[in-house]
Amino acid sequence: METDGYAGLGSLGDPRRRAIFELLARRPSSVGELAAVLPISRPAVSQHLKVLLDGGLVVCEVEGTRHVYRLNPEGVDALRAYLDRIWDDALRTFQKAAERGHDQSWTGAKV
Amino acid sequence: MSSQATIPAIQGSVTINSSIDDAFRVFTESFGSWWPAAYHIGKSDMVDAVIEPRQGGRWYEKGQDGTECDWGRVLLWEPPNHLVITWQINGMWQFDPDPEHASEVDIQFTAEGPEVTRVDVEHRHFERLVAAQGVHEGLRNGGGWKALLDAYSALANKE
Repeated sequence: METDGYAGLGSLGDPRRRAIFELLARRPSSVGELAAVLPISRPAVSQHLKVLLDGGLVVCEVEGTRHVYRLNPEGVDALRAYLDRIWDDALRTFQKAAERGHDQSWTGAKV
Repeated sequence: MSSQATIPAIQGSVTINSSIDDAFRVFTESFGSWWPAAYHIGKSDMVDAVIEPRQGGRWYEKGQDGTECDWGRVLLWEPPNHLVITWQINGMWQFDPDPEHASEVDIQFTAEGPEVTRVDVEHRHFERLVAAQGVHEGLRNGGGWKALLDAYSALANKE
């Protein structure tokens, strides 16, 4: 049965969360820093971060008065999880492209 | 069990209603037309991505600003059955030119009928990204060579 790991991957299906994940892959950031570069409000950023935290893809650490979010440093699990998501998406678009090519040649043959 | 294989590979497969030749051609020649454009590493938006059709060929993206960013290399080019390419994008989302740090993507095409092809993808050797993860950890710990080496040896000792 799929468990929390799957929920973690699934949480990257949302483009906003993916954007947050990618920003954190580049640099650990606070909610304010993320909200400053994304077209969404701080509460929305917090909400997305909560899903990523629950999915185990992101961790939060307190630095003084700041809460800093970063990718979960447990091995390369977070990166692997993200790549899993990428391949899932990519194979779906590949399938569409390959079958479209097929349809075109079939139509061409018919005409 | 090999001490290398510490991180499970990613496996995916898809069955396509097209001939094996077409499936291979679309995967390689038309790579840039179907790869989701959101998944790229260059600073500029991606306009195309290319797998050069030969062993040793480059796998790279082209940005809107004309720059090119490498992703990896072609290790095995056996149309229309088999393709192996390296994925040299590290945990910092940058190209790592060191082949020792290269993960691999193995793509096998199997004809299940004249117009049905199964495509199996395996992305493996994440353990080779360990050093890249060391960089990630090093930066996380405040940077510097000591932090980087500490992180690396901690990971290496775990194996």
